[in-house]
Amino acid sequence: MAFKKLFGTFVAAALVTAPAFAQGYPERQITMVVPFSAGGPTDTVARLVAEKMSTDLGQQIVVENVGGAGGTLGAGQVAKAEPDGYTVLLHHIGMATSATLYRNLAYDTLNAFEYVGLVTEVPMVVVARKDFEPADFAGFMEHVKANGDKLTLANAGIGAASHLCGMLLMQALGTPLVTVPYKGTGPAMTDLLGGQVDIMCDQTTNTTQQIQGGTIKAYAVTTPERLTLFPDLPTAKESGLDSLEFAIWHGIYSPKGTPAEANERLSKALQSALADPGVAKAMADLGTAPSSAEDATPAALKAKLESEITRWKPVIDAAGTYAD
Amino acid sequence: MDLLSNLALGFSVASSLANMAFCLIGVILGTLIGVLPGIGATATIAMLLPITFQLEPVSSLIMLAGIYYGAQYGGSTTAILINMPGESSSAVTAIDGYQMARKGRAGTALATAALGSFFAGTVATFLVAIFAPPLTTIALKFGAAEYFSLMVMGLVMSVALAHGSVLKALAMVVLGLLLGLVGTDIYTGTPRFTLGITQYSDGLNFVALAVGVFGIAEILRNLEDEHDREVMTKSINRLLPTRDELRQMVGPVLRGTAVGSVLGILPGGGAILASFASYTVEKKLSTNPGEFGKGALAGVAGPESANNAGAQTSFIPLLTLGIPANPVMALMIGAMIIQGIVPGPNVVTEQPALFWGIIASMWIGNLMLVVLNLPLIGLWVKLLTVPYYVLFPIIMAMCSIGVYSVASNTYDLFAVAFFGLLGYLMSKLRCEPAPLLLGFVLGPLLEENLRRAMILSRGDPTTFVTRPISAILLLLTLGVLVLVFTPQIRRRRDEVFTESDA
Repeated sequence: MAFKKLFGTFVAAALVTAPAFAQGYPERQITMVVPFSAGGPTDTVARLVAEKMSTDLGQQIVVENVGGAGGTLGAGQVAKAEPDGYTVLLHHIGMATSATLYRNLAYDTLNAFEYVGLVTEVPMVVVARKDFEPADFAGFMEHVKANGDKLTLANAGIGAASHLCGMLLMQALGTPLVTVPYKGTGPAMTDLLGGQVDIMCDQTTNTTQQIQGGTIKAYAVTTPERLTLFPDLPTAKESGLDSLEFAIWHGIYSPKGTPAEANERLSKALQSALADPGVAKAMADLGTAPSSAEDATPAALKAKLESEITRWKPVIDAAGTYAD
Repeated sequence: MDLLSNLALGFSVASSLANMAFCLIGVILGTLIGVLPGIGATATIAMLLPITFQLEPVSSLIMLAGIYYGAQYGGSTTAILINMPGESSSAVTAIDGYQMARKGRAGTALATAALGSFFAGTVATFLVAIFAPPLTTIALKFGAAEYFSLMVMGLVMSVALAHGSVLKALAMVVLGLLLGLVGTDIYTGTPRFTLGITQYSDGLNFVALAVGVFGIAEILRNLEDEHDREVMTKSINRLLPTRDELRQMVGPVLRGTAVGSVLGILPGGGAILASFASYTVEKKLSTNPGEFGKGALAGVAGPESANNAGAQTSFIPLLTLGIPANPVMALMIGAMIIQGIVPGPNVVTEQPALFWGIIASMWIGNLMLVVLNLPLIGLWVKLLTVPYYVLFPIIMAMCSIGVYSVASNTYDLFAVAFFGLLGYLMSKLRCEPAPLLLGFVLGPLLEENLRRAMILSRGDPTTFVTRPISAILLLLTLGVLVLVFTPQIRRRRDEVFTESDA
């Protein structure tokens, strides 16, 4: 009897407090789904911000890795999750490219999510094995154009950052290279270190230490401006390759129907996490930087996703490789 | 002496009270999760990762490393006691270890595993300390063609894992290879044999397969015949090995350590082969090969040493190249990055205290594991006396949780159920699961490297014989093949002769 009464009070309380959602939110721990395996670059970004966001929210954010099918399994799971603000998704550019790469997605990319904000944009670097002949990027472009069919281009599998960047590079140079896919960045980098393949284009998160260690040769970055980390590396744009402008942007999403208050609150927590000097330092070590407070907003992420889907569709269709 | 001062630095870091404590916590946790069937080091480390952010980088990595090799230890315990290998390496231990347990020699098997692992771990730790940089240079010479040839050698060796018919073993290897094909083709992005289920697009989960064909099948088999189990629990011998058994262990342990150390260095999956290769070597060298598969001590001592040596030396590519050899290593890299240390070729020179501290802690951790595990053996063995109507449901529940925790994928649980039934069917047909598991693990690597080697050579198959390392490996394979089949042929001939005599 007492239990029933108590239960009734709880239900009543819940009904009364429901409209005043924002005040109490968050009241329990939040799950952040990362659609890739633990330990990878996206997981690292997620864990970096999740920890600081937890401090701001006063509730723990637990990172859950739901890997598989190029990130579409994890995204699909969040699309179907309860839109109560307690499940969010941290995904990268793959959110936009999988809309074209996968022709039978279980969710509608543009209509299944709400937006929290952009987290970081990781620059890409065009690298080659350490004994690759050309001395600078101009020489690199010439060499690749002249010997395209003899050179090999590594990537970490379909839909990976290195695959997307490789497509752009080949398109920008107008030269097809022999593409060698790997299962993930680790093995691809190992073969580049060992000189088994010639060229790769990958995120600074994966390449910075190797470049600094002199085990691979860097030629250009894909950002609009030069990086403070590598002031001597030209941008692709400076060298006339306008179309090779590209970064791996990461964003946080919530399921469609999540209250706007919750998204706003999460967005605020994200901004405070990104303003943390520890996060900025950790990101700087990886050759990237936290997104600005204006970019860490729902509107900025929505605009980014829409423009990137439009941008990548023709590139992927032209390459003609799909992931299903 | 550079090495001595480096090691001294390492031990001074690792033997600080706090780091010793974290090492101990790591190995205890590792042992515990290793003993729980199906729950692997990857899931545990992923769960513990947030906690380690508060610690010093060295302490957190020492603890995570402790979990990793502690789990390797614990994994052999379940393989021996309940025929439930948690990872590919302990699948080999299960073959003879479980048979020893059935004969009441569980204590001996567990002690053999512990001592062999400790010895191998000690040697491998020093190898890491002395030879890490030059060994990395050699490992980098392994391209796709070399890995392909290495995998071919592994597959040929796998036939030796079977103690029954070679034909059935071959059939199981092929079935394993076919199961390994499930998933997305990395070269074209086409899903293969996924039955339209997106959850299988990254392939079948190894833990699900192993738990199914070994563990669940074993439970089904036991329920069919309770008599077997009673025999097993009633005759538990002394726990520690006798002087004579110790003498028998020496050879296999030494050879296993050598084999494991060499294979562990290769970042592209060499460690997977370590225990399989050692088993083959021991069976071939044994004066009594018929004993293998029926509880041979060497069949536990060799592979366990190889496995542990490989686990230690697989830290070499991680520490010198910053490239992870397996998911656990990938997690440790994630932990390092969050701690502000970006792993790469510079870690050794920029963070000597971290690098040598971890290496020294590995040795300390291995010592702790032996001290911890030898007295525990009595306790583990007692678990066997738990009535099956209590034990089996617990095992099933733990397995399900463990398998689910790997990727939060319900379809992995369906896979466990399916492979449990398949494993039962296989045992009825007297087909063994170990070759199947090896085929499953090696299949994708074999295909991937074959196709990559062909792409790199522009479709020229002579690449496998013109590249020297690859050619040597293929020649060795030929040698193994001859060794495997000669006794068969001779026996067949003898049979033919006897028949014609009659």
